[in-house]
Amino acid sequence: MTPQFVLHEEEFDALMMACGDLLRDACAKAVILIDKNGQLLAASGDTSELDATSLASLTAGNMAATEGLAKLVGEEGFGHLFHQGQNENIHISSVSERLLLVIIFDERSSLGLVRLRLKQAKSHIEAAIARAEKRSEDVAGSPLDEITDEDLDSLFGKD
Amino acid sequence: MSFINYSSREINCKIVYYGPGLCGKTTNLQHIYDNTNPDAKGKMISLETETERTLFFDFLPLSLGEIRGFKTRFHLYTVPGQIFYNASRKLILKGVDGVVFVADSQVDRYDANLESLENLRENLDEQGYDLDHLPHVIQYNKRDMPNAVDLDFLRQALNTNHVPDFEAVATSGDGVFETLKAVAKRVLVELKKGN
Repeated sequence: MTPQFVLHEEEFDALMMACGDLLRDACAKAVILIDKNGQLLAASGDTSELDATSLASLTAGNMAATEGLAKLVGEEGFGHLFHQGQNENIHISSVSERLLLVIIFDERSSLGLVRLRLKQAKSHIEAAIARAEKRSEDVAGSPLDEITDEDLDSLFGKD
Repeated sequence: MSFINYSSREINCKIVYYGPGLCGKTTNLQHIYDNTNPDAKGKMISLETETERTLFFDFLPLSLGEIRGFKTRFHLYTVPGQIFYNASRKLILKGVDGVVFVADSQVDRYDANLESLENLRENLDEQGYDLDHLPHVIQYNKRDMPNAVDLDFLRQALNTNHVPDFEAVATSGDGVFETLKAVAKRVLVELKKGN
């Protein structure tokens, strides 16, 4: 079973900064970092009208299906996914083993620019995730250690 | 795989509703969605065919309250039940923290329940999970049907691990929240153990 993943403030800030930098450098509308299971980690840019939770879940499903397709034709994975719309475009790419980076952009940017800036941002994100994973291994840092049976009963009722 | 975010003080977990085709997995999620405070839920997504059969998955994000200052957020997924969608089912089990196995109580679906449970074991195994060590509960749905199998008989066939199990009529909501609460609690208890 995969161990739980714990993201602390320091690494979260580093991820947010990497997303913010990429947003600016790629002239994107939004940059969203999710894990491959569909959990939202960080988002930067104009996400006020975006249902980021749904986007995270659908992106993870989309990428999982794409990776399944890759295996069927004998590929390790496809790494990138690009959806081109009339006004909005979505670029999805794998970052490290566990994350997906979603970049939403319009005519103010281009696929070439997005891909160029993505390369630079990846190393920052991967470094932050490597730090978070190392810290995750320290189970003593989990808030769940302190949870008592009474806490659980108060959340669910004593049935 | 649960995800704990200290910055937003959230504990995120993934629960998958599994079971044979037309057993009521989507109906469970729909009832939860329809009867939950708007503040506690996100949008429900259903990727379905034109005939309203689940094609890929249903998805419902749900908050269950705070525990030690951390918001508990559960992502509920269903799998497509039809046999030929097995590749999709495998994908949805990735990173799962807990499973609800929804059985169809009708006598003519008895074999389908057994096949689906076996399929769940196999698909979990491929992802490196063992059902015997994964938080899960069983729901016997459609208890209102005239051809429903005797409960003890179903229990003996499906609940060999003696996990919490519930009778349900998902169309009217009976047993739906009891099932959800039980699996959510088991997931958090498992996380507390330090997995």
